Amino acid sequence: MTTTRQQVLVLYLDTSALDSKVVGWARYDGTGSTRPTTGDSDEPPYETGVGALEDGWRLFQAAPLVPPYPGAEHTTSFLKHEFFFEKLVAQ
Amino acid sequence: MPTTQQLLSSVEVARFTAHGFLRLDGVVPPEMNEEALELFAAGTLPAVPYGTPVQKAFPEGSFARRLLGLPAVAGALESLVGPDPAVDHHFVHTRLPHEGSAQPLHADALIDVRADAFDVQLMYYPQEVTAGMGGTLVVPGSHLRRTNESDTGRYQNLRGQTRLTCPAGTVLLLHHGIWHGGRRNDSDTVRHMYKIRFNPSVPQVRLWDTRDADSPAVLEELRRTFPWYEQATARLEIHNRILLWRALSADPGFDVDHWATRITNRPAAPASPRSTA
Repeated sequence: MTTTRQQVLVLYLDTSALDSKVVGWARYDGTGSTRPTTGDSDEPPYETGVGALEDGWRLFQAAPLVPPYPGAEHTTSFLKHEFFFEKLVAQ
Repeated sequence: MPTTQQLLSSVEVARFTAHGFLRLDGVVPPEMNEEALELFAAGTLPAVPYGTPVQKAFPEGSFARRLLGLPAVAGALESLVGPDPAVDHHFVHTRLPHEGSAQPLHADALIDVRADAFDVQLMYYPQEVTAGMGGTLVVPGSHLRRTNESDTGRYQNLRGQTRLTCPAGTVLLLHHGIWHGGRRNDSDTVRHMYKIRFNPSVPQVRLWDTRDADSPAVLEELRRTFPWYEQATARLEIHNRILLWRALSADPGFDVDHWATRITNRPAAPASPRSTA
């Protein structure tokens, strides 16, 4: 019986626009065939978020734009522009 | 800690302020590296209670005391954390051959919101670290971000990250807030890294050789951005860096490209002239 598994790609972009450049990335493989991990590559898989769409990844979540909390306008913390993509792979 | 003349310059401290770390390649002599490998393999480092002064934590003649007494190490540490810091803790991190998991990207300890002080972490590599051995991953310019411990574990790779490879005897000095992690060891070699965290015991103000304090190169270091910064937050990073440099240099008017000055500008309103009509 054929089943499907999810491969997940997370891209962190330069701005909130999907066609801005990739500044960070992570991959998770539900097929178990690869084990991506921390610090395993220096070059992003795509130059922009749209580049992932063009390669068949399906976007399913983008980070909302959240106003800064009063008093914390100059604080830096997590990367803001996080986009989740998936591919469904037959197994 | 012995006094040394090998203090850092203003440009080097500005580089530390921007990057969040300083790299001293091959500063530990080969005979000490060999000694360290035996010591670390034996796992006999003495326990040190949190907050113990260096002289008490590491007796005269001990390996750690000699490591901290090397002129390049002593001078850099004194420039950043001052004389007579306390040893917060020390630990040997060992990564076995083909150990299949990497540490998630993290900052050590709790979120640290001090704007005018910082701890320094020393990382010492007694052997050559090759790409296959998976040295420490460090994210330049991440140290002023307020994130808690391994909450950054979701980020596997960031543009401009540093995947350490280095000659034997290399020492890194890191701001306590830096995002880092031990990478997976894909080699046949056991890899050791010895870490000591220091708490300052004096104000961290102009502890370095300040003769080049007015050099344009200081400004160039402090306005540096990194490839993983988002466009908008890069400006916030520079703003926060300005505030740290004001504290370190005791110069409350210091600025980079007017960033801090323009958003604190509060011209006093002139008194309204009284009508004489």
